[in-house]
Amino acid sequence: MTKPQKKLLFHILIGATSFLAAIALTHWLDLPQWITLLIYLAVYLIPGWSVLSKAARNIAHGQVFDENFLMAIASIAAFAIGEYPEAVEVILFYQVGELFEKIAVGRSCRAVSDLLDLCPDEATMLCDGVPKTVLVEEVPVGASIFVKPGEKIPLDAVVAEGQTTLDTAALTGESMPVSVCPGDAVCSGCVNVSSTVMLTVTKPAAESTAAKIMELVETSASSKAKTEQFITRFARYYTPCVVIAAVILAIVPPLLTGQAFSDWIYRALTFLIISCPCALVISVPLSFFGGIGCASKNGILVKGTNYLEALAHAEIVVMDKTGTLTQGKFHIVEQHAVGISETQLLEYAALAESASNHPIAQSLREAYGAPIDASRVQQVQESAGYGVSVLVDGKRVLVGNAAFLEAAGCKPEQVDCTGTQVHVAVEGVLVGNLLITDTLKPDAADAVKQLRRFGIRCVAMLTGDSASTAKAVDDALQLDAVHAKCLPTDKVRLMQSYRKKLSKKRTLVFMGDGMNDAPVLAQSDIGVAMGGLGSDAAIAAADLVILDDQPSKLGTAMQIAKKTMRISHENIVFALGVKAIVLVLGACGLAHIGAAVFADVGVSVIAILNAMRAMHRKP
Amino acid sequence: MKHSYRMENLDCANCAAKMEAAIQKLDGVHSASVSFMTQKLTIEAEEADLPKILKAAQKCVHKVEPDCEILI
Repeated sequence: MTKPQKKLLFHILIGATSFLAAIALTHWLDLPQWITLLIYLAVYLIPGWSVLSKAARNIAHGQVFDENFLMAIASIAAFAIGEYPEAVEVILFYQVGELFEKIAVGRSCRAVSDLLDLCPDEATMLCDGVPKTVLVEEVPVGASIFVKPGEKIPLDAVVAEGQTTLDTAALTGESMPVSVCPGDAVCSGCVNVSSTVMLTVTKPAAESTAAKIMELVETSASSKAKTEQFITRFARYYTPCVVIAAVILAIVPPLLTGQAFSDWIYRALTFLIISCPCALVISVPLSFFGGIGCASKNGILVKGTNYLEALAHAEIVVMDKTGTLTQGKFHIVEQHAVGISETQLLEYAALAESASNHPIAQSLREAYGAPIDASRVQQVQESAGYGVSVLVDGKRVLVGNAAFLEAAGCKPEQVDCTGTQVHVAVEGVLVGNLLITDTLKPDAADAVKQLRRFGIRCVAMLTGDSASTAKAVDDALQLDAVHAKCLPTDKVRLMQSYRKKLSKKRTLVFMGDGMNDAPVLAQSDIGVAMGGLGSDAAIAAADLVILDDQPSKLGTAMQIAKKTMRISHENIVFALGVKAIVLVLGACGLAHIGAAVFADVGVSVIAILNAMRAMHRKP
Repeated sequence: MKHSYRMENLDCANCAAKMEAAIQKLDGVHSASVSFMTQKLTIEAEEADLPKILKAAQKCVHKVEPDCEILI
């Protein structure tokens, strides 16, 4: 408990004891009316003073419909109609509820922040050969830091000395340890598992991966879901309406029927007490915040609560193939050289693709193995989705798919096989082709199955690869639609056509590896990027970032989103329902003031506790 | 540009919503949000307008909760 909370608890305890004493006193002794009033006033002020002073201060600032003011009016009015014990009860119950509410909110915020606490505050830096503990903000780029086993890596760095294994679970939710050796880049937030290593810092604290992730999650609360906006707007009208209703209830019926004012004022009091919208205003955002915290714990970054809400309504998921459903790591399975040796064929291919960052290009360079002499390559022209045309040692070399070479006047033989065929031509003559394949990710099938379970009507795949490769993936995963040989413009067009197929209020999800996907991401309601760890571009472009490489995490994200939505709806229905019932009972004169206080603060506490469930996920 | 600031003594969710509504109406503010959960104020505005906006925002905050401070 914090200091103000302890003070509040103290006031409540003293207030409650003296309240009981006051009841006993006035019960057994036949005191005159004014002494009874004085006793209850004195008791009332113990827990009530802070409420009264806050109310007065806020009125001075022009804040009329403030909960302190409402409680103050309600209790003063109770005194005015001679219900002294009720007046004390209102304030006492209200303060108890406030205390519970503060503790519950404090706990939940801390629990969520703990989930996100990725980064240590201090690092052990080597200053003139002596290890020294300094704040991470003070560590300059290029400094050497030590990380012992069991410690979190404080800053983004590369390994300088030593070998170790890292636990990336805090960042990615992935429990497989990763081993690193000198020269490997490591991300802040990972836990060093096996042995002490010396690292060279590559980024200042403010730009480290952990800092960026924390920043992202913390600001995610600033893009609000529609449900949250609805609640804030609702609260703005709810309070004045109920207060006006209370005034009418206090004045009109007694004037019409000639009944005593005190009875109707008592009923109006219940209205005033119920009129605070706190339960809603706090519990809905708290549910969403818990959901975002839960997603981060599972290695999924959500950039705003609005995306969590949209994800719960997803209907169609379109996925990229390479790097999303498949590993994105190609290897050469066959090569046919015509007129030159296989080594030469590979050399041409690797040189031609030396400037490209396409996964196929990378795999060709890897297969070639030797370092590439970039000075041999000139005039690089890349046609996205087709291939490249370059000058190698002054000779025009074309590397690409069949369509690309046909357009250049060659006639490559079409082989029906699974994989991607890369044809190579030198000076207009075909010199051979390489067959490259990619493997499915182990959880790809599970990913598709999960999406269906969470209500996705259509799982589609887009790929720039050949129809036969796409079919092989389709056979393994049983997708609803497959589009092969897509150029970037085709992908945008396909996304537009899927958008038209959406049912009302449902959303379209695109999941890719975050590379060159910007136009497609723009067409989707929720853009998901995979493998965002260490890739700033993916984090910047997408609405949802999956930090490890598992497509099944999209299903996890949907599960979290649905649960979050369910909880926030439960809270809305519960809070409004209880309030409505007590309002009706109060108007009929059936609700005691205690019930009204429960409908205010009691409901808040229950709603907060319910909201906390969003933080946890059953596997 | 989006700028975010930590807030101190932000005490109730409804107050945060009121502050947010007031700050959103300030001149030069493209968008603003006050998160009760993270105790943070996020303002989207031109760099040049920021000092003026922050002063006005602090006033809005004080109106709702006199003890609450924006930490700059």
